Amino acid sequence: MLHGLCVLAGLISVFLLVEVLYQVIHGASPAISRFGLSFIGHSRWAANFGDFGAAGPLFGTVASSLMALVIATPLGIAIGLYLSMMAAPPVRAVVGPLVEMLAAIPSVIVGFWGVDVLAPFVAKHLEPFLHDAFGFIPLFGPPQTTGLSVFSAGLGLALMILPIVAALSRDLFLTVPIDLKEGAAALGATRWEIIRGVVLPTTISGVAAATVLGLGRALGEAIAVLQIIGDGSGIHSSLFLPGISLASSVANNFQYSENKLEIPALFYLALILLVIGLTTSLLARWIAGRFDVQRTLAR
Amino acid sequence: MTGVSDTFARHPSLPDPTAPLTASGNLRRRTIVSRAIEVTATASAVVAVAMLIDIAWTVIHKGAPVLSFGFLTQNSNGLAGGGIANALLGTLVIVGFAALLALPVGILTGLYLTEFAGPRSRLANALKMVLDLLQGLPTIIVGIVVYGLIVSAQRKQTGFAGAIALAIIMLPLIARSSQEVLTLVPGSLREAADALGVDHWRAVVGVILPAAAGGIATGAILSIARAAGETAPLLIVNSLYNPSQTQLEIFGQGVPSIPMYIYTTYDLPAPSAIARAWGAALVLLVAILAANVGARVLLARSRAKMGMR
Repeated sequence: MLHGLCVLAGLISVFLLVEVLYQVIHGASPAISRFGLSFIGHSRWAANFGDFGAAGPLFGTVASSLMALVIATPLGIAIGLYLSMMAAPPVRAVVGPLVEMLAAIPSVIVGFWGVDVLAPFVAKHLEPFLHDAFGFIPLFGPPQTTGLSVFSAGLGLALMILPIVAALSRDLFLTVPIDLKEGAAALGATRWEIIRGVVLPTTISGVAAATVLGLGRALGEAIAVLQIIGDGSGIHSSLFLPGISLASSVANNFQYSENKLEIPALFYLALILLVIGLTTSLLARWIAGRFDVQRTLAR
Repeated sequence: MTGVSDTFARHPSLPDPTAPLTASGNLRRRTIVSRAIEVTATASAVVAVAMLIDIAWTVIHKGAPVLSFGFLTQNSNGLAGGGIANALLGTLVIVGFAALLALPVGILTGLYLTEFAGPRSRLANALKMVLDLLQGLPTIIVGIVVYGLIVSAQRKQTGFAGAIALAIIMLPLIARSSQEVLTLVPGSLREAADALGVDHWRAVVGVILPAAAGGIATGAILSIARAAGETAPLLIVNSLYNPSQTQLEIFGQGVPSIPMYIYTTYDLPAPSAIARAWGAALVLLVAILAANVGARVLLARSRAKMGMR
């Protein structure tokens, strides 16, 4: 009896996933039959002309998420190393939960913090500095006044996925057998040599999976990105210009759709996001192998 | 008979064993590299904690001035002012209803994975993958799925649709955390129950579930805290409501909520409205962080309890 009830509960999850796939594809089907695959490469989004394309949001999603990944991965691994190998136990017991609490802050609050604190700082200090120092790279174009940009969104996302990468890599580093670490130390290895020679090689697949999970979280974030990214359009080489992402475009336009094809077009954006998201989840599972990283994430 | 010092005198290339033990040359370089990495790692942790403090300080600094008894007990009055009482009640009702749906299903799923499925069960492995995929789903997609499933069929936004969306977000979190806790229940408990000839389902209900209750509650609290702060799905399925009315009848209309209050009030063209948005953000943040701390304490206590047995 209980066995059957449990199986039934499990099947609800399976039903939900099927329903997700069906609803998104079904909702997008008018747009798919109207625009086809060229939707993905088309960069104009003009609701009053019934002209829709995913290239702009796709670019915003990829650019901001990759930026978040580039910043959060080394920082997160470093924090994981600090918490697992360097911090004294009382310090670890305080700093570890604090870092994890960063992940508990609702995205709408991170978003407003981004608008009120992060963006002015970026506009006043980071953008001029990066433009002066690295202006020859097109990514760092002329500074803008508001600071609401793909760049700021990337920073905000980095902050949101940092605790995920940090907590997961800490847990992974703690699984490395103490014998291996002490063996290396007995051979005269310094702490960095223990990390590079023993800790990282034995956990590298798990760490890679953790970063992919972080990437998945960044790709799907809608509200915080919508607030920080500045609601721009098109594709620009400079990260300092406003943009839009797949998830934030859906959040922004769904309520006030102006064209009967706009909702299906937004479902189409969601379908692209869903495909990318499911791919990263499966990739993380595949890379992680024996490490069950996703289970740690549920805590 | 030659002494040690003679050996070294005859071979000047060997290091002097009487020299003080300080790192030099290669070892010195290796130590410096290692120290530099340690400093970088420590600095990274400092940066993360500083960010948390900066966000918390911003919310407190901007939100605390509007906090008052009236702010918590009055309904919102749009631009004119008012409080968050109806949004607070709405969030409690929506999240409570979502928890009512997601908790039993999630815990039963966890039970299936640990107690009923064999270690090589195909169905269990497929189910774990499904849960991972659901957990990785962007919450905005959960929103539009519920829109397609319920809102577009009913032709109206309801608190019920919002609760379903939050339940879908909570379900994989609860299932996975229950599963994790249940695998930690000592095998000796199961064996003791088996040895007494107790039916398996009785052992589960009477022995295994009580042993894991603390840990399951921890997971439940954390998932509820996560769902309470979700904005994206509510924006899609439960954002049309009368913002100055208390609305608890979730099946008929949209129900106000704290995240939507923060999101919409911040955009009102008045500085006092922005201050109220920060005030609501402070209330939400305090509740969520308190839930997180509480869950941690609970987890530590239930771990200690299990370790003692």
